Amino acid sequence: MLTILKVIKNRFEQGHRTSKYPEENINLYKRFRGLPIVNTNCDPAVVQQCAAACPQEAIDTDSCQIDLGKCVFCGLCESLSKGKYVRFSQNFEMGTAARNDLLFAVSLPNLANHSKKHFKKLFGRSLQLRQISAGGCNACEADTNVLNTPFFDLSRFGIQFVASPRHADGIHVTGPISKNMQQALLTTWEAVPDPKVVIASGACAISGGPFYGSEDIVGDLNSLIPVDLYIPGCPPHPLTTLHALLQFFK
Amino acid sequence: MDKMDKFLRVHNGERVNRSAIPHLSFHEFRNELLAFTVAGGQVVQFFAYRDNKDSSSLKLLAVLRNDKLYVTGCDAPDSFASLTAVTEKFHLFEREIGEQYGLKAEGHPWWKMVRYHRNCTGKADVFGNDYSEDIPGKYPYFEVEGEGVHEVAVGPVHAGIIEPGHFRFQCFGERVFHLEIQLGYQQRGVEYLLQTVPLKRLPIIGETVAGDTSIGHGLCMAQGIEALAGLEVDQGAKVVRTLALELERIANHIGDLGALSLDVAFSPPAAYFGRIRGDYLNLSQILGGNRFGRGLVRPGGVTQSMGEEQRQLIQEKITELTPEVEHVNDLIFSTPSVRTRFDHTGKVSQQDAERIGMVGYAGRACGLPYDARVAFPTECYADLPANSNGKIDGDVASRADVRREEVMHSTGLINTLLARSEEARTYTPQDIRLAPDSFVVTVNEAWRGEASHCILTDEQGNILRYKIKDPSFHNWTGLALALREQGISDFPLCNKSFNLSYCGFDL
Ligand code: SF4
Repeated sequence: MLTILKVIKNRFEQGHRTSKYPEENINLYKRFRGLPIVNTNCDPAVVQQCAAACPQEAIDTDSCQIDLGKCVFCGLCESLSKGKYVRFSQNFEMGTAARNDLLFAVSLPNLANHSKKHFKKLFGRSLQLRQISAGGCNACEADTNVLNTPFFDLSRFGIQFVASPRHADGIHVTGPISKNMQQALLTTWEAVPDPKVVIASGACAISGGPFYGSEDIVGDLNSLIPVDLYIPGCPPHPLTTLHALLQFFK
Repeated sequence: MDKMDKFLRVHNGERVNRSAIPHLSFHEFRNELLAFTVAGGQVVQFFAYRDNKDSSSLKLLAVLRNDKLYVTGCDAPDSFASLTAVTEKFHLFEREIGEQYGLKAEGHPWWKMVRYHRNCTGKADVFGNDYSEDIPGKYPYFEVEGEGVHEVAVGPVHAGIIEPGHFRFQCFGERVFHLEIQLGYQQRGVEYLLQTVPLKRLPIIGETVAGDTSIGHGLCMAQGIEALAGLEVDQGAKVVRTLALELERIANHIGDLGALSLDVAFSPPAAYFGRIRGDYLNLSQILGGNRFGRGLVRPGGVTQSMGEEQRQLIQEKITELTPEVEHVNDLIFSTPSVRTRFDHTGKVSQQDAERIGMVGYAGRACGLPYDARVAFPTECYADLPANSNGKIDGDVASRADVRREEVMHSTGLINTLLARSEEARTYTPQDIRLAPDSFVVTVNEAWRGEASHCILTDEQGNILRYKIKDPSFHNWTGLALALREQGISDFPLCNKSFNLSYCGFDL
């Protein structure tokens, strides 16, 4: 069969696949672990047990808070407490403008209201980002890249990942910032013209993630350059990133 | 367990006492390793470790394979006659030993750092580096000189959403004479962490050795801990684990086939496969709640069983996607402009592939049939049919073709697994203790090829050494060879046809 006929046949089979998000919500499958629902009245012994078992030291026993900047959403606290302390909802909307807001117990502040006004004015119609991968496991990068696939189709919102920092309005950083990437990261950041935004994506860039405590990493992007937007997850679901970008800049 | 004189035969994922591992003189060790590899055997692991936590005495340990697995060891001399000088199969392993423990392989033909970090022994750096300087330190890149010869340097930050690494091309016009790949930018101290952090952190780190291989490395780790802690895994959990590994394989192959098509400027399949890859990731999410399969595999089993509901959802989606995948593949592989760009590009000969120990689909595309699922089956693989490959010319076309075949083969495996009825026991996390003075090696066919973990424990049952090898450790050299005598513009295509892991290599 002629190539062009095959192209047309496949085109029909594939149809139109772009999601209607954010106009229509997307329901993720019930096993997906999104924003936790924390029971602050939980028996302290149970919270203690979860905190001791948490591989990320993300649970604070006094406040019952979970640090979403450290949590890798492994689900252990939910299964250990049989849902009595934590249950994971399918809500993927988790971005915040401040590191402290990720210390989570009850609810997250509305990101749209907390974003900086001038960012919306400057970048609301067009946002060009330079992605910097700095020492992680490449899952964050992979699930950022999919925003360019037809289902998410990021460019319909005027948001693009660009090749040169010179063309960018900001940087989107993933990974715990290995010492061997620190200089390249700073050089790339400096190459972005002012005013610029800095996005920390994934547990690694926020807190070192699974690699916290390693001497070979910086472990906290904000300790190097001021972060404007935090996107938690290990890795963040593509919809978590999409939601954060839209709320913060649109 | 057979005991030969110089080697101990071991089984994949079997605990053995460290004292059972032969302890040779270095001279014997070197001769045995060389004889084994020159006769066609391959190196699975070769590394140094401290005899016990406080001691300064170092040892070397090697895991080799032909159709069986063997282990042997010796005391590590501060400097020793390089094995790489005889066969390339030890090339990166010796450099890694030099970098991690400050031991020098004398006469190594390409003595340079691997990931650029201090060694853990406090010995003088064997590469003469000062680590207060940025990577690559004092290392002068290999240079070609002459009229019309020029150099192209790319990275570490690349023009897309990809991991960092540095590529140095020596070109004559468009033609590449030599490509040198310098990694290490993703180095985050994984092995050292695994040797020092509490056990509860291990599965999380194991899943993030390489994100796209979360299940592959997660399984290597879980099987290793299970062997050392004496945990049994039930049949239902094995089904889930095998299924998860095959879903991971399909998702990655499909994404790359789409990207390969895009790299030759044929974009419709890239859009289709980009979306379809996501559908497979979503099946992993149905199974375990995460698109990369994280949080699912744990020492002792799986955290979530596959109930009737999940089984049905996955089956329905696979049935829906399979013809679409076939059609898009047909579109890619029957398009003349794609074929002309894939055929004969980036060729690695079977002989070279054997000499550098290439593994996985890249190795199979060169005619090295090794597949750890067949050679050293874990989980459900002993009951499942093997795959075979038609086109094995070592070029981009072969690597693409092998992956297309593997997608269909894995789909078959998934259908078989879905038809099995065992349910996994509900898994409960438990306090585990590792057996003292033990050794275990695990090997799995992750989507890129042979992934392997080695764990050694001390007399208290603490982890003395945790060694990881990602398949990329073997195959990056293959990519460098594939570029020889190619147009430099073929680099993206060749690179994508391998799609190697930076973080899995860098650790
Ligand atoms: S889900 Fe988060 S808070 Fe709960 S145990 Fe895992 S890392 Fe800790």
